[in-house]
Amino acid sequence: MDILEELSASLEAGDTAAVTRLTTEAVAQGLAPEIITGHGLVAGMNVVGQKFKAHEIFLPDVLLAARAMHAAMEILKPHLVGKQLPTAGKVVIGTVQGDLHDIGKNLVSIMLRGAGFEVIDLGKDVAPERFVDEAEKTGADAIGMSALLTTTMPMMKEVVALAKKRGLYGKTRILVGGAPLTAEYAEEIGADAYCFDGTSAVDRMREFAGG
Amino acid sequence: MLAAPRSVFMEITRRDFGAVFEGEGLNDSEAPLGGIYERSDGLALFAVTLGRAVSRQITDLFDSHEYAAGAMLDSTASESAELAATSVERTFVSGLDAGFEASMSFSPGYCGWHISAQKKLFETLQPVDIGITLTDTFLMQPLKSISGVIVAGRKEIFIFDDNFEFCSTCRTRTCRDRMNAIKKQV
Repeated sequence: MDILEELSASLEAGDTAAVTRLTTEAVAQGLAPEIITGHGLVAGMNVVGQKFKAHEIFLPDVLLAARAMHAAMEILKPHLVGKQLPTAGKVVIGTVQGDLHDIGKNLVSIMLRGAGFEVIDLGKDVAPERFVDEAEKTGADAIGMSALLTTTMPMMKEVVALAKKRGLYGKTRILVGGAPLTAEYAEEIGADAYCFDGTSAVDRMREFAGG
Repeated sequence: MLAAPRSVFMEITRRDFGAVFEGEGLNDSEAPLGGIYERSDGLALFAVTLGRAVSRQITDLFDSHEYAAGAMLDSTASESAELAATSVERTFVSGLDAGFEASMSFSPGYCGWHISAQKKLFETLQPVDIGITLTDTFLMQPLKSISGVIVAGRKEIFIFDDNFEFCSTCRTRTCRDRMNAIKKQV
């Protein structure tokens, strides 16, 4: 087993200590950060995502793998100065204005990052203007919104309206999710996708990216 | 201590609860609680909270990339808040005169009872005394808090056809599970 396969397997196992050691070794061997990321880390997270979707592993397993991936990325960061890591796409994400529930949004962010997407997490209680401003400023491929309350769900419609007004609609995909939401609601407000959970958000983003 | 559970409940008449139930007038045209509370033998508004520290700890765990621990603490805290609410329900019904057969609790935001009813519930119960506040969007803070009404009465009043409009899109089966548990006793 070469070092990248070993790294991928350790990531799948959520073994942060082994991932840290192997990433350090891979850097010392002169492997490029984008190779370590793509062929070791993201490859491992992809397997984790597939196993989670197939109900072979549980959410804490995914999150342990994500923690290991974060530790590896911290090691790679200094070697990335001046370099741009290839990403699967860029997503601006947040919990809508008036809503302070962020666990679901955090889990989606973690899974998107694990799948190689760049995530700009705006946090919770995010105003519609901030979603659109940030998407415009960063050239994001998508805006992801989360809401846990029926009273805050309508904020999603406002973001869609603002994206239309600012000419982003159609170019920047809009993904929505949260306990009270349905695919019908997403369609009704003009969102591009309803995401039941983090893995469905990853799947939909990959579809949009054509991958 | 991470969790500092506190609770408050207050017995309320059917008439006074009617105003809390109506809330801001945004309930679904048919909500099961409407037909249940009117036939009840005892009603109490309640609120429970685990306090702010647990929510802070969950945030801190996520911020320090301890995602699994954060997610598990979040789930445990949610379940603990449910247990605290069950404990309040038991305390209330244990103080009632004999005659009722079963009890259930209901919260604004579920089963056609619009979340905006929180406003009148909070005005009446004043859970601010145990540290729970309400945002403009009727969200309770601290997050790990539960509020609602405890209904006590004959078993039959809790049995209804789960074919309301909102049932078709509801992903939780809590009401059906609770109802089936009572059905078995009838």
